[in-house]
Amino acid sequence: MNNKNDKGWNPYVAGALSGLVLILSVAVSGNYFGSSTSFIVLLGMLEKALIPERFAQVEYFNIVKAALSWQVMFVLGILLGGFIASKMFGDFKLQSIPDLWKSKFGTSKPKRYLVAFIGGTISMLGARLAGGCPSGQMSASILLSVSGFVSMIMFFILGIIVAKLIYRGGAR
Amino acid sequence: MTLVYGLIAGILFGFLLQRARVIRYDKQVGALLLKDLTIVKFMFTAILVGMVGIYLLADLGIISAGGRSLVLGGTLIGGGLFGAGWALIGYCPGTGWAALGEGRVDALFGLLGVFAGGIIYSEAYPFFAKTVLTWGDLGNPTIPEALGVNHWFVIVPMVIGVSLLFKLIEKLGL
Repeated sequence: MNNKNDKGWNPYVAGALSGLVLILSVAVSGNYFGSSTSFIVLLGMLEKALIPERFAQVEYFNIVKAALSWQVMFVLGILLGGFIASKMFGDFKLQSIPDLWKSKFGTSKPKRYLVAFIGGTISMLGARLAGGCPSGQMSASILLSVSGFVSMIMFFILGIIVAKLIYRGGAR
Repeated sequence: MTLVYGLIAGILFGFLLQRARVIRYDKQVGALLLKDLTIVKFMFTAILVGMVGIYLLADLGIISAGGRSLVLGGTLIGGGLFGAGWALIGYCPGTGWAALGEGRVDALFGLLGVFAGGIIYSEAYPFFAKTVLTWGDLGNPTIPEALGVNHWFVIVPMVIGVSLLFKLIEKLGL
């Protein structure tokens, strides 16, 4: 499956550099990577602006502060970084349906968008319950926290089971 | 200034994620199908490098390092739910933004779903706080604390073990 024509940076090198960025981030500003909380922060800011009465009643916003944070900027940066790199190296491409998905489920956009939406919803519930998504659990693992390793193992076990289930029988 | 640091760290991370090709659906699901382990190589290398650097800084007294909350109910159920959802979305809540940045339209719908999950979680939080998040609260253990050893006795074997695993992965051509 490793496509020789698929030019990209060596994942070990890029991963090591990402580790260095994390170390620098912690040394300079004390912030570890994490992403899923930023959605809650944005949601809180939105509710505060649009439906302040409801916002005041949601207990979770006492725990997660609804104000622009390091992590919200981090996530915005990820969007920008992905855009800049793809434009710089000429592989920005508008694509609605991933190749692998297309090979199994065909070219229906609503079908792909709906499954992506549902998957996103389930994964967010899981990430919040587990105390973080992969970027946050990567940080927890770096800290040698047992929670980080247990979460990662669970991510992969259930991920592998569900992926194998939906792709059983190979491409159609 | 904190906000600027966040933006810079994000841009660098997003850039590296895009260059290593790890944000794409095909790579994420490819890993879950055990056919293409690019994301595993990226992720584990970042963890090993981060681990060594963070604990060096901690030993020098520049930062303090410690474990995070481990509640078995939340970690096991949440971790499993995340994994199941991950196989469907094929992106992560963080790295999905970089996928959107390189033009993947379906990532946008995935991220909207993540947002919807955030709404449900924020509304249902009082319920979770009384149930799942109280089941098996084990504090904030780290692996070296649990084993009662110095952290380097965990880090060094882990670096060696994962390096050997990488060798095997390359040998298998994954």
